[in-house]
Amino acid sequence: MTGTLQKESLTKSLVFLRILIGWHFLYEGVIKLFNPDWTAFGYLATAQGPFDWLFISLTNESIIGWVDTLNMITLIFVGITLILGMYEKLGALAGMVLLGMYYFAHPPFPWLEQLNVEGSYWFVNKNLIELAALWVLYQYPTGSYFGLGYLKHQKTNTAKTPQL
Amino acid sequence: MKWTRRDVLKGLGGLPILGSIWWAGTANALVKSKDRSEILEQLKIQPSLPSALPEIGGSPIRLGIIGFGIRGEQLCRALGFATQDWLDEMKLEEETTGNTQLKEFLDQEKLNIQMTAVCDVFDVRAEHVIASFSTPEHTVKRFTTYQEMIQSGEVDAVIIATPDHWHAPMAIEALNNNVHAYVEKPMTHTIEETYQLRDAAENSEALLMVGHQHRQTLSFKTANDIVKKGVLGHVSIIQTFTNRNDDNGAWNYDIHEKANEQTIDWDLFLGSAPKIPFNKNHFFRWRKWWAYGSGLSGDLLTHDYDRLNCVLGMGIPTSVTASGGIYTHNDGRNVPDVLQVNMEFPDFSTGSSQPKGKEKGMAFTYSATLGNGFSRPTILMGHDGSMELGNNLTVWPDNGSTKYAAMIEEGKMKPNVPIYHYNPGANMPDAVSSATSQYFADKGLMWTYIDGVRVNSTYLHLREWLSCIRNGGTLSCGINEGFDEAISAHMTGLAYKLGRRIEWDQEQQLIVPIEGVNFDEVLLSST
Repeated sequence: MTGTLQKESLTKSLVFLRILIGWHFLYEGVIKLFNPDWTAFGYLATAQGPFDWLFISLTNESIIGWVDTLNMITLIFVGITLILGMYEKLGALAGMVLLGMYYFAHPPFPWLEQLNVEGSYWFVNKNLIELAALWVLYQYPTGSYFGLGYLKHQKTNTAKTPQL
Repeated sequence: MKWTRRDVLKGLGGLPILGSIWWAGTANALVKSKDRSEILEQLKIQPSLPSALPEIGGSPIRLGIIGFGIRGEQLCRALGFATQDWLDEMKLEEETTGNTQLKEFLDQEKLNIQMTAVCDVFDVRAEHVIASFSTPEHTVKRFTTYQEMIQSGEVDAVIIATPDHWHAPMAIEALNNNVHAYVEKPMTHTIEETYQLRDAAENSEALLMVGHQHRQTLSFKTANDIVKKGVLGHVSIIQTFTNRNDDNGAWNYDIHEKANEQTIDWDLFLGSAPKIPFNKNHFFRWRKWWAYGSGLSGDLLTHDYDRLNCVLGMGIPTSVTASGGIYTHNDGRNVPDVLQVNMEFPDFSTGSSQPKGKEKGMAFTYSATLGNGFSRPTILMGHDGSMELGNNLTVWPDNGSTKYAAMIEEGKMKPNVPIYHYNPGANMPDAVSSATSQYFADKGLMWTYIDGVRVNSTYLHLREWLSCIRNGGTLSCGINEGFDEAISAHMTGLAYKLGRRIEWDQEQQLIVPIEGVNFDEVLLSST
């Protein structure tokens, strides 16, 4: 009984975490969607660290438009899946890829100059922590407890229960 | 299946959250974009686009280079002529440090010119030009004197990159022979020469261009539009600076190992300067002595003054005061290495948003040190806003602004948030500076950006001169701009050396005389 209760409160906290992260992603995506001048150009052009060449190559005139669109769509996709609790594993995975890229574009390595950061970081920054949180969400989907997955789940249960 | 209330809550609970966030994001983005359009609409700034210059067609323009020192070599590169040493050095730097200068040089459009002649008192440099720029069809010819080169009929135009005391005599000789001239700043070394050169330029069919390459910088053209549209209101003070802290910046250039009395024609170098025995230090580091150069006032203030004269067109100051000294490089030089200058423009105004007559007049300050490299930016300070001027432009509204009072009151503008940012290196002007924008403005003296590509502004300046020679047109830095620059620099030199206020009589077009003082003697004197 205690185990079930513990499990239930863990599920609730994970749902809360899922909504918060979804919230963050969705808002970032929507803001970009409605700002026609937004571009990742500056962020990518000033990339540092071992993969700077990769990020700088993304600023190429012929692909920067695609990069911007793809980033925006992925942000919104991650936001929707996490908030609605559907395809959340896919959403968590996509979010981890995005955050991994953000992390490596401006990694908080002590030998690099930290530009435009609001705190002090040493290898670990908020991008990495959010990425780790998504890893947890990926392994412990809660859509069937709260979200569209719940309805699907219920429907499956209903179908399986023989009608009297 | 029948849905219970619990099903709806647990299954669809995410939907209202999703809707709220979407709504908040949309509303926020739209409000921001509306505020920004409102700001941009009020400012009405037109970001400058590069002007298309016509082709330099026909047979190649035959060029002669007078003086192949540090600047002469840079000018030749801007014209498309680089020495093998430089190409090798840049190739190495490209591989080791990622320096892109070689690529930019190779990408530069080739100009329709032929380097036909060289004149340099140092054999090594003259021979370097001949070895580097001669082609199988044409060998660059060396002339001993500039008169021989100009009168040879073998040059259509000359580049003058010599010490200051040679600028005017050479430019005048060229113009009198209808040979086009490009002369580095300051245009002249004395006041008398300034008038003589103006007469020569006005009476010549040839074109004189003064080497203020930043006139090509796109951000300055946009800055001009910003000021003209009254975005800053009445500008009462402008602060400009020189901040240097290295040997090169203090004019302690390398002394060539092959320099001696056999390889350098010392008397020819001295010309009108006081006769002294051969001195390598004076030859290579001439900027440190009034006899050949003009110190901070002629060498570096001229850049800052002309940058602002290009943006504002304020002309020659009504009066100048200056002070300073040799405080950082007590190495035998006689020009100051620390200088503070105040130029007054009591009748000048950039426009006003307040009752008529309340605001008029402007001060221009220049503060220079060769002993500290902290970057102090150029700032124009107006009643309605401030602008940082460099390759990028940033405009901030002022808390006490009359023009933006309502928008500041409504919170649509904030004094610490820029209302306009122009970064020609990025693809578009942005109404509000973005947090991720990490481009740092420089003075706009080296580079400008065309369609987001870095271009050497000296190349553009020389190209404009060559295009006007072939196709006609107006020079952006001709004799009038050069006259303003030279007189302002000489007034500053006098103010510093005499420790007195030097005044300009606009009507008479002369520096107000001081009894018993010969201005040119003062300028040339060693103290």
